[in-house]
Amino acid sequence: MTLEMFFQHCFNALTLGSLYALIAIGYTMVYGILRLINFAHGDILMVGAYFVFFGTFAYGWPWGLAAILAIVGASIIGVAIERVAYRPLREAPRISALISAIAVSFFIESLAVVVFSGQPRPVLQPEWLISEWQLGQVRILKLTAFVPVMTAILVAVLLYVVYKTKPGLAMRAISKDIETTRLMGVRVDNIIAFTFCIGSALAAASGIMWALRYPQVHPYMGIMPGLKAFIAAVFGGIGSIQGAVIGGLALGFVEIMTVAFLPELSGYRDAFAFVLLVLVLVVKPTGLLGERMKEKI
Amino acid sequence: MRLNFTTLANILLILLVGGALWLVERHGLIGDYQIYIVKLIFINAILALSLNLIYGFTGLFSLGHAGFMAIGAYVGALCTLLPEQKEMMWILDPIIWPFSVLHTPFWVAVLAGGVVAMLFAFVIAVPVLRLGDDYLGIATLGFAEIIRVFIVNMSSITNGSLGIKGIPAEATLLTCYAWMIVTLIVLARLLFGNFGNVLRCIRDNEIAANVMGINVFNYKVLSFCLGAFFAGVGGALLGSHLSTIDPKMFNFLLTFNVLMFVVAGGLGSLTGSLLGAGIITVLLEWLRAIEEPMDFGLFEIPGIPGMRMVVFSLILLLIILFRREGIMGTRELTWKSLRRLGRKKA
Repeated sequence: MTLEMFFQHCFNALTLGSLYALIAIGYTMVYGILRLINFAHGDILMVGAYFVFFGTFAYGWPWGLAAILAIVGASIIGVAIERVAYRPLREAPRISALISAIAVSFFIESLAVVVFSGQPRPVLQPEWLISEWQLGQVRILKLTAFVPVMTAILVAVLLYVVYKTKPGLAMRAISKDIETTRLMGVRVDNIIAFTFCIGSALAAASGIMWALRYPQVHPYMGIMPGLKAFIAAVFGGIGSIQGAVIGGLALGFVEIMTVAFLPELSGYRDAFAFVLLVLVLVVKPTGLLGERMKEKI
Repeated sequence: MRLNFTTLANILLILLVGGALWLVERHGLIGDYQIYIVKLIFINAILALSLNLIYGFTGLFSLGHAGFMAIGAYVGALCTLLPEQKEMMWILDPIIWPFSVLHTPFWVAVLAGGVVAMLFAFVIAVPVLRLGDDYLGIATLGFAEIIRVFIVNMSSITNGSLGIKGIPAEATLLTCYAWMIVTLIVLARLLFGNFGNVLRCIRDNEIAANVMGINVFNYKVLSFCLGAFFAGVGGALLGSHLSTIDPKMFNFLLTFNVLMFVVAGGLGSLTGSLLGAGIITVLLEWLRAIEEPMDFGLFEIPGIPGMRMVVFSLILLLIILFRREGIMGTRELTWKSLRRLGRKKA
């Protein structure tokens, strides 16, 4: 393998890893607060991508406007899901909420099949994203640079919100102890809704960039990225935003590099993430940056 | 076995239903479509019972059922297909040796499907069962996906993404019924003895079970493997019933269906699983109607493809939100409870 090709792969891995990281953040935030795997998270990604598809293709809106509206729309759906399907089950056994999440996920997917039709649809990439830069021998698609930069900006904003603002403080308090936080006068329900709003917005942003990168949308496009991003979140240490970013990038590099160096394994690409998951859970169940959670007796 | 009223009544009921099914199949009393559905109910009941053992009785949240079913179905198909058929069908890669000449009777094939699924379950049980609830769910889901990826790629054994067609239709009405009864009896004998109490103890309070000196991990592995065995059996029967299998079929949706039977019927209730499998299977077939165009004489409503799954997932959502215990809860439908019901009404 030449050095140029290696750099090319690095950029691809960085792009894919950034997309995983954005999705993983949503999982890790919700899990940190509610101890719930939000199965519908991957479908929010799909909904965001479809909104942009219809905004730009059917109504001819400019890309920026369509993307912002899609993110707002997806956030509203995320909050609605929490209100309808998760909040009534907050006192129920955790597995009930998980089944509810699976049901919601299937509901969104099958509704998408009915509303948007099951056919994959091609996405028109805007001109300015598919031109290339020439750096010596390496050619970089502008899109592969755009995705990591956008991700970095979003993560920076998120870290500011979580560590420097009042709602962020409340969020971190809830993840430590929900009951005490309530007693301190924090409106727990509102903060949880806010968390879902942020997580869904990031998932939608990731979905839009996913649709640009692999230019098509279909109703089941969110399942695999969603599952893999969850694995990335576990790998990084669930509950930790920095961990989710590291986990996402690591997973992106593992997938791209393994296929790059061992092309005969390319058929097994989707299995890597799950093998990684089992390894992590066996060796270090808390992930890279996760805190040990004690079982209460 | 003591020969009391319950045992006698059970045996009588099993034989009566079996005899009725034999008559029906032999004389063609009901249409092919109805037979197809009844067979599907029996197979789904096996799957529901096996997941109920793992999840409802032992509390292991496993989402890997489709994986075990896939293993069972492929092993069953490889065992029942004729060598000539296999030679014709494997286009991508010629089939490799032991599988190319393998040919067994159907009951051996089904059994083999179960046993191989159980072996796989045993291999993954050791790392995976150390995990708690939702992590276990994701890990087993991942396992099912890995199985699928392997089936697609190992085309010299599985015929890859083309799948296997023309599997001999040896899963007759009576065979499916017999396997369901076997599953039911084995599970009932196990679960309503001491073994069942241990499993329920692990489900309700794992720490307490540990303190009582129960080897929790061993029991979990045992329950998981047994469940996987019957999932493999169900998969093998399903393959023969549908006559065509391909890797796409064994996706998460299949696990979701089985989970739906169990949750609707009641977690921790065997008769609940039977009821759940029966009702949901019929409901799913009945819902096909809304996907077809409806003709009202004067006007016509076009069918909405995919609407079935929307209604279906909505039902599961409503069950989990408003009646979490399902139809039966953890209660069982027995002769005793029936008699009590009759007395109340009288």
